[in-house]
Amino acid sequence: MSKEALERFTGHFKAQVIATHSDHGDDTAVVKRDRLVDMVTFLRDDPALAFELLSDVTAVDYLGVKEPRFEVVYHFYSVSKNHRLRIKVPLEEREPSLPSVVSLYKSALWMEREAFDLYGIVFEGHPDLRRILMYEEFEGHPLRKDYEMEHRQPRIPPRPGQSHL
Amino acid sequence: MADNQANLLQNEAAVTTVEAAEGFFRRLLNKNETVQEVVNWGRRWSFFQYPFVTACCGMEYMATAGPRYDYARFGAELPRFSPRQADLLMVVGTITHKQAPILRTVYEQMAEPKWVISFGVCASSGGFYRNYATVQGIDTIIPVDVYIPGCPPRPEAVLDAIMMLQDKVKQERRALLPVVK
Repeated sequence: MSKEALERFTGHFKAQVIATHSDHGDDTAVVKRDRLVDMVTFLRDDPALAFELLSDVTAVDYLGVKEPRFEVVYHFYSVSKNHRLRIKVPLEEREPSLPSVVSLYKSALWMEREAFDLYGIVFEGHPDLRRILMYEEFEGHPLRKDYEMEHRQPRIPPRPGQSHL
Repeated sequence: MADNQANLLQNEAAVTTVEAAEGFFRRLLNKNETVQEVVNWGRRWSFFQYPFVTACCGMEYMATAGPRYDYARFGAELPRFSPRQADLLMVVGTITHKQAPILRTVYEQMAEPKWVISFGVCASSGGFYRNYATVQGIDTIIPVDVYIPGCPPRPEAVLDAIMMLQDKVKQERRALLPVVK
């Protein structure tokens, strides 16, 4: 359904696109992070693509599955053209950071904070990058695969004879 | 019983100071089983709940409050949205570690006598959430009187819990006046 959109995008950023695939009608481009803001600007402003809506920003931790460890995933939707596109950006474990797209899409504001909170992805240029779901004093990033399953960080101690586990 | 009460009144007739008068009422209330029963009757038929609603169980809570199941029949018809005015804390839904201090503060703000109903499996044990975020049962933070199982519980189960709590309050023997320390 949005094969044309994928092809138009990859045609403009040949040097940036690492791979593409279209599974079950979902068209995905895996790209390098270097010119991310340029690419997202193109997705939004190109008349044939017209992705007005950034519907999701999230991350995946592929620890022990593949390299590089992290992937940040963007879902775009065009309200006027009724097509979708998924952009994936692989990130190395030693430097899980990439440019923020808040300047292009307001919706990225909280979604990037969520990815930062739960996966520790740093979005450079984000105006307010702090935790959104977990509490301030929480340490670490709980959806990372190396976060201890039984690790608890309660804000108040349990009653006598009780345990938080 | 009536004789005892008459004697008590006669013996205490000479009290003159405020402290002595207070002591008279304290002894009258604490000794007298009939007074205790009347107070328990009043307490168990007028629960003022504070609904601490955090999740989907809230829908079943509303169903129980609505006209079809209608817990007003048990005198528990007025939810108070200030813990100061409530004596029954209903914890309805999943409690996270982020919320735990809030829940405990609400409990501590309630005046004695107070009771707690844990509504649904998440509040009772964490339910199917066993992770970094979820409190494994609110009884790790505050004392609980009645647990309601179910995900979510049916309104009948909630009514059953209110009746169980009524039975519990009926058996209670606690100081009828606050003990000043």
